[in-house]
Amino acid sequence: MIKTDILIIGAGPTGLFTVFEAGLLKLRCHLIDALPIPGGQCAEIYPKKPIYDIPGFPEVLAGKLTENLLEQGKQFEPGFTLGERAETIDKQEDGSFIVTTNKGTKHHAPVVAIAGGLGSFEPRKPLIENIAFYEGKGVEYFIKDPEVYRGKKVVISGGGDSALDWAIFLADVASEVTLVHRRNEFRGALDSVDRVQELKVLGKINLITPAEVTKLHGEDKIKAVSVTKEGSEQIIETDHFIPLFGLSPKLGPIANWGLEIEKNAIKVDTFDYQTNIPGVYAIGDVNTYPGKLKLILCGFHEATLMCQSAYKIINPGKKYVMKYTTVSGINGFDGSRKEAPKAVVKAIV
Amino acid sequence: MVDVKIKIKDREGVIHEVLAPTDMAMNLMEVCKSYELPVEGTCGGMAMCASCQCYVLSNHSMSEMEEEEEAMLSEAFYVKENSRLGCQIPITPELDGLEIELAPES
Repeated sequence: MIKTDILIIGAGPTGLFTVFEAGLLKLRCHLIDALPIPGGQCAEIYPKKPIYDIPGFPEVLAGKLTENLLEQGKQFEPGFTLGERAETIDKQEDGSFIVTTNKGTKHHAPVVAIAGGLGSFEPRKPLIENIAFYEGKGVEYFIKDPEVYRGKKVVISGGGDSALDWAIFLADVASEVTLVHRRNEFRGALDSVDRVQELKVLGKINLITPAEVTKLHGEDKIKAVSVTKEGSEQIIETDHFIPLFGLSPKLGPIANWGLEIEKNAIKVDTFDYQTNIPGVYAIGDVNTYPGKLKLILCGFHEATLMCQSAYKIINPGKKYVMKYTTVSGINGFDGSRKEAPKAVVKAIV
Repeated sequence: MVDVKIKIKDREGVIHEVLAPTDMAMNLMEVCKSYELPVEGTCGGMAMCASCQCYVLSNHSMSEMEEEEEAMLSEAFYVKENSRLGCQIPITPELDGLEIELAPES
């Protein structure tokens, strides 16, 4: 069982900044995220896009911003459960919570802060009849362990970076790689596109464009797929079909936690961003209140106020005043100390 | 600056006639959101999610598709000949009378 003071669900910019603000109050944080890396949408979807409305940064790349946030909170030693989705929440008799992920990892904390953005990222599934039947029977939307494909026949569909990257990688692992895409053009890094072209010429990738996988065949597991190109259908034998059409966010299991939900967002009190369940907060894009704006900078503000309120739950009756980092410096949980240089007092004679 | 009139058919088939300003640098996805129509605009308008996909029903001459939009539509679902991403359609005076239909959620 992982124990912490504030359990943060979602490791996007708001969740990451919470680590810093909580650390100033000597509260420890642990973050759960469905994605395998911290940073949320900024890191996963648009790391190379600039953001212009972070105060003090005329321009910052989304990926750089989350890197900086990780660095800023590092001395407060946050824990991470990555690649797992928060599934259930159970309130304990003492008012604390146990949150369990889809992989069974349990987390215990007196305060839960949901910073889940638009939700957890789920693969976008193509509209092919019976595809659900073959999930886990040869149809996979993520590649977790490439070794599974060693010596096997693989069909990949999609036209973005992940389809290209995996086709290139598996060309050396699988016995046969077929890449199917609806257009001749691919949306990926230029060198990946060139590499696929080379592998096609070498006969290591069977490229079929403009085409679509339209049917799946096999009795108990996948045996073949139908690929339709310009109206004519061909059947390709395969052991695996991997559709890579990107990710789309879903509020997911959080929607069943008994929280008040309005238009896919969690209703909060703007006093401290607490939800209708005392001890459970919602901050950043996942919450809603009159006048809500889904902006990173608003998430930072909400995280800061939330931590002050969480302190009172975790340390009932214990006095505290908000401090300025310029005055008090920062005491890391790792023993580090940052502080402003002392003023020089010197007589002028 | 004038407002333009746009007819938006939602996913239940209900038609909403809305007025959209042409001087606020808005796009069609943002217009839908401003009228609280069920368009997510997940990526914020970067042509990266296709949650604002719509079908253009009227014969307006639309802005040309940029590569990013074409690429996203080639990975989206429920795509038809007249599919566009609302976030890539700036509201201009030429769009007065435009009729669109929201594509299914995916």
